[in-house]
Amino acid sequence: MAGNAIHTENLTKYYGKSRGVDCLNLDVGTGDFFGFIGPNGAGKSTTIRTLLGLISPTSGKASVLDMDISRTKAILNRVGYLPSDAAFYTGMRGRDILKLSADLRGKNCKARAEELCDRLQLDVNKKVEDLSFGNRKKVGIVCALQHDPELLILDEPTGGLDPLMQHEFFSILQEQNREGVTVFLSSHILSEIQRYCTRAAVIREGSIIACDSVDQLVKTGTRRISLRGIIRQEDVPGARNWSENGDAVSFLYSGDINELIRILAGIHVEELTVAEPDLEEIVLHYYGKDGDQA
Amino acid sequence: MTLIRHELRRAWKSLLIWTGALSAFLVICLLIYPDMKKEMDSISSAFSAMGAFSSAFGLDTLNFGTLLGYYGIECGNILGLGGAFFAALAGISALAGEEKNGTAEFLLTHPKTRSEVVTAKLASVLIQIVILNVCVFLLSVGAIAAIGETIPWKEVALLHVAFLLLQVELACICFGISACIWRGGLGIGLAIAVGMYFLSIIANLTSQAEFLKEITPFGYANGPDIISTGCLDSGKLLIGLALTVCGIALAYFRYCRKDIR
Repeated sequence: MAGNAIHTENLTKYYGKSRGVDCLNLDVGTGDFFGFIGPNGAGKSTTIRTLLGLISPTSGKASVLDMDISRTKAILNRVGYLPSDAAFYTGMRGRDILKLSADLRGKNCKARAEELCDRLQLDVNKKVEDLSFGNRKKVGIVCALQHDPELLILDEPTGGLDPLMQHEFFSILQEQNREGVTVFLSSHILSEIQRYCTRAAVIREGSIIACDSVDQLVKTGTRRISLRGIIRQEDVPGARNWSENGDAVSFLYSGDINELIRILAGIHVEELTVAEPDLEEIVLHYYGKDGDQA
Repeated sequence: MTLIRHELRRAWKSLLIWTGALSAFLVICLLIYPDMKKEMDSISSAFSAMGAFSSAFGLDTLNFGTLLGYYGIECGNILGLGGAFFAALAGISALAGEEKNGTAEFLLTHPKTRSEVVTAKLASVLIQIVILNVCVFLLSVGAIAAIGETIPWKEVALLHVAFLLLQVELACICFGISACIWRGGLGIGLAIAVGMYFLSIIANLTSQAEFLKEITPFGYANGPDIISTGCLDSGKLLIGLALTVCGIALAYFRYCRKDIR
């Protein structure tokens, strides 16, 4: 499909009998800031590794920047990738790693690398084995960004970064995105997806179970009802995710709101709030077995 | 070139240690030769009279009392076995080491094809082997000159060429295996080097097992045979070349299709 930064069609990867991804269909448009959400083992890394040519699909098709994934070299020339656990060659200093990465791309990225290191407060003179997890992550971030890629693929990018650095990192990503760079990031931190991403997909057991704009994903028609009063779950047909703490009751409700008002009118309610559930609540529901009802 | 330079930069310490150690052992052996020469008559007859042990190490064929005989045996032991270890370890860790250390993901998400990576890694291993052998050769020849002996150029050169080819063969076999495994595989590399060495020992012990010399590179890199015939056995070399090509082909075939862990 033209104009897609990432496109997969029934992409399937099995490791022997073990499922990686199964008939995965995903479209990430050019210029999207796209969040990829899923529990451990859902197939996020398998998808990313297949797109980057690290593993071959069992069946199905995929393209990156309108190039079939078999054209690995051409794709990698235009993509920046940050792995979830960035490992580098021991004995090398941060600056050597950045130089090696630039040389492997045949580019001089010195000025951009210096700017990024400055913003991320990265000391490039330390050997990589002496760097903390967060600082190794920063080396990975600079490697992914310094050559001005058209597409950024980031696997759990903020792990190990302190909140200030996370903020700076997302500022950089937003700047890049405004300049037309497509950002595709997998994350467990749903608040950051909700805050920064324009579109998102939820993967469960190797398949995409929801893919839409973040606004639409949040607007499910479901409401989080919180109240203080005496009420039992049997009184509210269709209530889910019920929790009680003394007379404080909270539940998800996706039925007719007039019916709920009628039910609540029959009891003594001291406080009532009706709110849209946040993305985390929705995604946690997707992760559950009845996820398709969310 | 970037990748070859990177590989060599990472390997230089190990190369320096192996080159230094093998050269030092060979040079020391040569420097003590003048002292040993005085007692060689009795040593030679003792060595050649040890039956199967003498056959196993070629002591019955070579005269330990001459520089060539002495060098043929010592060179075989030090450069033969030591060089085989170095080559096997360099070959086996070249590709699998990236996955073992978790750096394969970094390397292979840069715009290089798998073939380019295999070529660069293979070139780096071969360059290391050549550097090691050139240094050892020059230092050995220097040591022979230093003890005042005439340098038997042809035989010494043939010996060193044979050991160079042995190392290239072992490195390429291990390189092919390296493309098929996900861990370091150092044990496999050492086992192959030691296994090939013992095959040649067994082949020396009994004529029934002489065919083993065709399989192991120690068959053509055999000091006593080279010095007594003055040439390398082309039949054995061809089998070695075939195994070398198989190792390289396996590396390209497997690594270009490999799922990186």
